[in-house]
Amino acid sequence: MEKINLGRRSILRATAIAGGGMMLGLFPRREARAQAPAQAPGQGPGRGGFARAPLSPANFVSISPDGIASIGSPNTEMGQGSFNLLPMMVAEELDIDWKNVKIVRTGVGSEFGGQFTAGSTATPSNWVPMRQIGGAVRGMLIAAAAQNWGVPAAECSTTPGRVVHSPSGRAASYGELAAKAATMPVPDFSTLKFKDPKDYKIIGTTTLGGETKDIIRGKAQFGIDITVPGMLYAVFEKTPVSRGKVVSANLDAIKAMKGVKHAFIVEGAPVNGNYPNYLFADPGLEAGVAIVADSWWAAQSARKKLKVQWDLGQLAAQDSEQTVAKAEELSKQAPARTLRKDGDTDAVFQRTDIRVIQGAYRFPIIAHNTLEPQNATAHFRDGKVEVWSTSQLPQTGRQLVARVLGIPVNDVTVHMVRAGGGFGRRCYNDSMAEAAWISKTVGAPVKLLWTREDDVQHDYYRPGGFQYLKAAIDQNGKLAAWHDHYITYGEGNSFIAEGGFDAGQFPAGLIRDYQVQSSVLPLVLKTGALRAPGSNCSAWVVQSFVDDVAHAAGKDPLALRLELLASAPAPAAPASGPGGGPPGGGRPGLNAARMRGVLELVAEKSGWGKRQLPPRTALGIACHFDHGGHVAEVAEVTVSADKKIKVNKVWVAADVGSHAVNPGAAEHVLQGAVIDGLSELIQEITLKNGRVVQSNYDQHPVLRMPEAPPIEVHFLRTNNTPNGLGEPGLPPILPAVCNAIFKATGERIHTLPFTKQGFRFA
Amino acid sequence: MITLTINGKAQRYDGDSEMPLLWVLRDELNLKGTKFGCGMGLCGACTVHVNGEPVRSCLVSASDAAGKKITTIEGLSPDGTHPVQVAWEALDVPQCGYCQTGQIMTASALLAKKKNPTDADIDAAMAGNICRCGTYGRIRAAIHKASEGMKAGSTNR
Repeated sequence: MEKINLGRRSILRATAIAGGGMMLGLFPRREARAQAPAQAPGQGPGRGGFARAPLSPANFVSISPDGIASIGSPNTEMGQGSFNLLPMMVAEELDIDWKNVKIVRTGVGSEFGGQFTAGSTATPSNWVPMRQIGGAVRGMLIAAAAQNWGVPAAECSTTPGRVVHSPSGRAASYGELAAKAATMPVPDFSTLKFKDPKDYKIIGTTTLGGETKDIIRGKAQFGIDITVPGMLYAVFEKTPVSRGKVVSANLDAIKAMKGVKHAFIVEGAPVNGNYPNYLFADPGLEAGVAIVADSWWAAQSARKKLKVQWDLGQLAAQDSEQTVAKAEELSKQAPARTLRKDGDTDAVFQRTDIRVIQGAYRFPIIAHNTLEPQNATAHFRDGKVEVWSTSQLPQTGRQLVARVLGIPVNDVTVHMVRAGGGFGRRCYNDSMAEAAWISKTVGAPVKLLWTREDDVQHDYYRPGGFQYLKAAIDQNGKLAAWHDHYITYGEGNSFIAEGGFDAGQFPAGLIRDYQVQSSVLPLVLKTGALRAPGSNCSAWVVQSFVDDVAHAAGKDPLALRLELLASAPAPAAPASGPGGGPPGGGRPGLNAARMRGVLELVAEKSGWGKRQLPPRTALGIACHFDHGGHVAEVAEVTVSADKKIKVNKVWVAADVGSHAVNPGAAEHVLQGAVIDGLSELIQEITLKNGRVVQSNYDQHPVLRMPEAPPIEVHFLRTNNTPNGLGEPGLPPILPAVCNAIFKATGERIHTLPFTKQGFRFA
Repeated sequence: MITLTINGKAQRYDGDSEMPLLWVLRDELNLKGTKFGCGMGLCGACTVHVNGEPVRSCLVSASDAAGKKITTIEGLSPDGTHPVQVAWEALDVPQCGYCQTGQIMTASALLAKKKNPTDADIDAAMAGNICRCGTYGRIRAAIHKASEGMKAGSTNR
């Protein structure tokens, strides 16, 4: 934890780690996922943020004499809510009033856990460790009081902020006890008893965002707001085509411009001798020209006069539109490989007593579009570097900076800063590497800030793809076989980063004869995780085609889903968590009962099948399991005769597990995920001559206020580990809206963005 | 030499007169509550009031701003308790929060003109402010709440 946040009054400084190491469940690999990138960010120890070793309470909690507990939040806050969430878990078991908690950011390093701000993992991965930290500190406070009073610790208990000894009526505040408590041994985590959830005072109660008061007064500090004494400002004109090189640039003319201090060519640095391995999205330092000036505006103004001669190589011949024809061609050939094969789909499709329906779906490359453009501030001096970053994976960024600069990881200090949106973009730490390189080159602290155009054109994009589906419906209207030919970018047996397909997703396992096969076509660009990676496109395809099947079979789309899910065997009940608490310490897979639960809830709340709707107005339904979350959504949509779409309302039902830790924030992040998913219906990135065509919000839009529907959120509480909600709320909205459009108009959206079929938001 | 009146205070600026007001505010005057999002007036993150009107400060040069009354988020109210800010806090509107100062400046300009805006008024006024996190529902509710707060406040006076 950074000393600067704690102040001198911080005196609880436990130093020992509990004896008897405890192993927590590691993030289970998604077996059905055909492809897991070998070098995916964060895939080191403790993947997914699930800690491998117990965390030291000293790195997370300090209590000052006035009884205020400073609790360290170890993950990056980018709007998803972990800044509050994780300290809330600590505070609950510490047993302290929330008003006496001050949330602080921890430093960056393995001593703070995985700090993996991705994959909706913060809640499930920290659910046990954060409560252990709180419980351990509470135990130390009790031990200190017991020693002071000469009574057995077992006779002491706590009320919020106080240790009490009922037999003698004595009590002492945490503030009074903190100094002594710091000298007590840290309890063995396996001996901790957790609260009975019915006694929770913080978990399950909405808390105000820890930085809301600052945000609305313009005082919150984002990455772009960092200043360091003596700091210069940088812009970076990066090769417009990945792997390009700079042949020459008019550097002398640039250096002569007002305010410009430095202008130089960055050659680009190999990372692990494997640069740049686009299939695995290993972020590195691309070539380009850096301009450093005494103000950002001066640097950016000079950049407008920059003339670079590039050597862009073969990738400058790429054109994404050509992949459409190529995919169509591949779809007619035998798939290159099989991702999952259950039963014998070929045999079913040859039967004469079945009907076959087919659907071809196409989704585009899209960008993240965080509102705060990528940036980082770096200060290299004496062989070491400090970096201020909004990274979602700050430990990965720290390692990248060390590799790019060729210095030990311990000589890289990273400071987490609040991020103006993440959505997966900040899993890739290219701006950190660039800022560090530029600072080292000029020998001064430097803030590197990208323009919006840089941000849109140098993303790690959500890859596009093509899916050719075929289903057999038997004479009883039953779905008898499902075949999917999935096509995306890649090479050989490898998909491009985050281009894999989860062949284990619904309706896998629910139909006897099921097969997913794949082929790849060449298109080389940097790709990466975008909120609900994999699911944000596959749910649209699968849940749209399930709707096609329902229509062809003459069944209600909800009824078909429930019927399929009913065929799954009942899953085992989850084990109770350590210390007698709710289930915890892992991530379950798709559970048909939980999915039925959210479908039934959303159907009830939306009045599915029970409401008379006006002409050209209809409901669409979809469900999906993503990143540990079961979510079902219904959209009510009106489509005008000229194809203008108004989403009148959305209903969300989300299984949150045993608790929505911070219910107000949980509701809000699910609403945000719906808006985000609606934006994906109208977005597209294309490559022409190897370059990204789109450059700003006019060409890669996001949903705006007049298009945003009211969104009603309902939680389904089940006896399971609380799960993350940042991602699972997104995937169902795309098919829910498209299924409603189909119901209202009879026209199926086969291609995104739906503007390609003439639709637009009203 | 340009004199800018920012949050009621005259500030001297002798740099590049073409520098957009956004960068003068952020990097010359250290008023960092005004954010950079797109540089083209497409996102609204840099919204400030110029003579009471909501304006994209990325599109206004320092020389164009000279002699006009400029209000930033830092100067919206003396103690950060403008009814819009109070409503924003009560409903915990932000997620990442990056757009929110711009949203608040646009919303407060709307309420200065229309004490009781309809949903259609809100749509029209706020359409230029992107919230990438999708907090539109709470923004709308907070504007209505601020409107109520302003009416209650004026009654009390």
